[in-house]
Amino acid sequence: MDGISLEVSKGEVLSIVGPNGAGKSTLLQMLLGLLTPDEGTVRIFGVDIVRHRRKIAHLVNYASTDLSLPYSLSVRENLEVFALVYNLAAPAQAVQDMLVRFSLQSLAQTKVGRLSTGQIARLSLAKALISRPEILFLDEPTATLDPEASAEVRSVLREQVESDRLALVYTSHNMREVERLSDRILLIESGKTVACGSGEELFRQFDCDNLEEVFLRSMARVRESRKMEESVRE
Amino acid sequence: MSDAPPERVGEENRLRRPSVSLFAWRPMAGILLRQFFLYRRSVPRWMEIFYWPLLDLLVWGFLTLYLRQGILPGTGAAQALLGGLLLWDMLYRSQQGISVVFLEEIWSRNLYNLMVAPVTPYHIIAGAMVTGLLKITLSSGTAILLAYLLFSYSLFNIGIALVPFVFCLVVMGWALGIMTTALILRFGQEAEVLAWGVIFLFQPVSAVFNPVSVLPQGFRQVAFFVPASHVFEGMRQVLAGQGFSWEHFFLAVLEDGIYVAGGLALFSWVLSRARKVGFSLKLGS
Repeated sequence: MDGISLEVSKGEVLSIVGPNGAGKSTLLQMLLGLLTPDEGTVRIFGVDIVRHRRKIAHLVNYASTDLSLPYSLSVRENLEVFALVYNLAAPAQAVQDMLVRFSLQSLAQTKVGRLSTGQIARLSLAKALISRPEILFLDEPTATLDPEASAEVRSVLREQVESDRLALVYTSHNMREVERLSDRILLIESGKTVACGSGEELFRQFDCDNLEEVFLRSMARVRESRKMEESVRE
Repeated sequence: MSDAPPERVGEENRLRRPSVSLFAWRPMAGILLRQFFLYRRSVPRWMEIFYWPLLDLLVWGFLTLYLRQGILPGTGAAQALLGGLLLWDMLYRSQQGISVVFLEEIWSRNLYNLMVAPVTPYHIIAGAMVTGLLKITLSSGTAILLAYLLFSYSLFNIGIALVPFVFCLVVMGWALGIMTTALILRFGQEAEVLAWGVIFLFQPVSAVFNPVSVLPQGFRQVAFFVPASHVFEGMRQVLAGQGFSWEHFFLAVLEDGIYVAGGLALFSWVLSRARKVGFSLKLGS
């Protein structure tokens, strides 16, 4: 990461977009306090997350397609474990709420090992929202989902952002999804900010009318400027 | 347009390319090559090849030395063998109790979910210790009961003196479990073999089946710094009717304290290093 600076407000959706290896997941790890930046700070509600992660860990949650949940536990058992891990006062009610919100009631007794990829993604989101976080970090939450399941997840996330004023930070390679869901988009490459702004602002900046084109043009610009730097050096 | 019939490429290819014979050597060589690549880069796997034969040789070799002294016919010595086995199992289960809890989370790709939650690694260790205690109670309880039913051997004959020594063994197992877990978090699943094997590194110098006096000089010096050796020596003293050995007990407690402190220091170092270089999401091999 090099010189990245960003702020996220309550009720805002910030998407982090970039090519593979751009540093999106690394950035999320820093925001979660699992990776210490060489320089600079990450503050959540004004608290330095690296030094005082325990003070705000209960306000933050995370889900990623790279993670799973214990296969030999049922959907309900997994949620019960995380309700306790997050020290919730009414764990049974929280579990029930998540089962209903993510339409998982009929699968409550099913072991995770027998769920489809889409169902696991829904359960991961239920786990991520069971603690009613103030900030939710999602790493490519819909990467393994079919279009219908993706739309369902988007609608749940949008609802959560609007009803609970949740701040959502997420990474995705699905440009149409990012366009639809985000209030602000951060484009990064090799750990550096390429552009940041609302969809409309980025369209104007790159003189196009969709995010996929913004992505392609911005990466082309990065490559051009890199070539120029190399030729100057030579 | 040509009048020639369309070429049936697929069929021709099938005829040109015979199926793989059962006696073809290349598929087997592919499997061999895969293992070669695996071992070429893995020190733990190479260690495993030499580890078990060497440790078995040492343990049974020292026992043979002990038996050659003709001490076995005494009831106390015979009891010590079975008692040693039952107590060794407690140490093994205690160490595994910690390591396997972490491994279960790694296998199910769930460790990262816990790392981002308000639960600290020390909560996980505490949970693992309690889980381990319950497992030891069940597994050792069953083994002790079977020893009584099948061999008319009661571990409780040793008496109440055994309880503090058992506690020392369990704590040593926890310390080794914490160290093993730290190494697994540091080196990934490749170091998983440590979870199953590291405890046996201590077996030849723990004097499980034979007294420390049987060991060669160098091994005796090492054994002094292993809490388990004091436990097993203490157990033998009780069986020989020499009463509870406060000296062995205090040494075991002192060394346990050092082992636990060392384990926690190693664990903290691994975590702080991981915060600088990053956790592996999958912690795969």
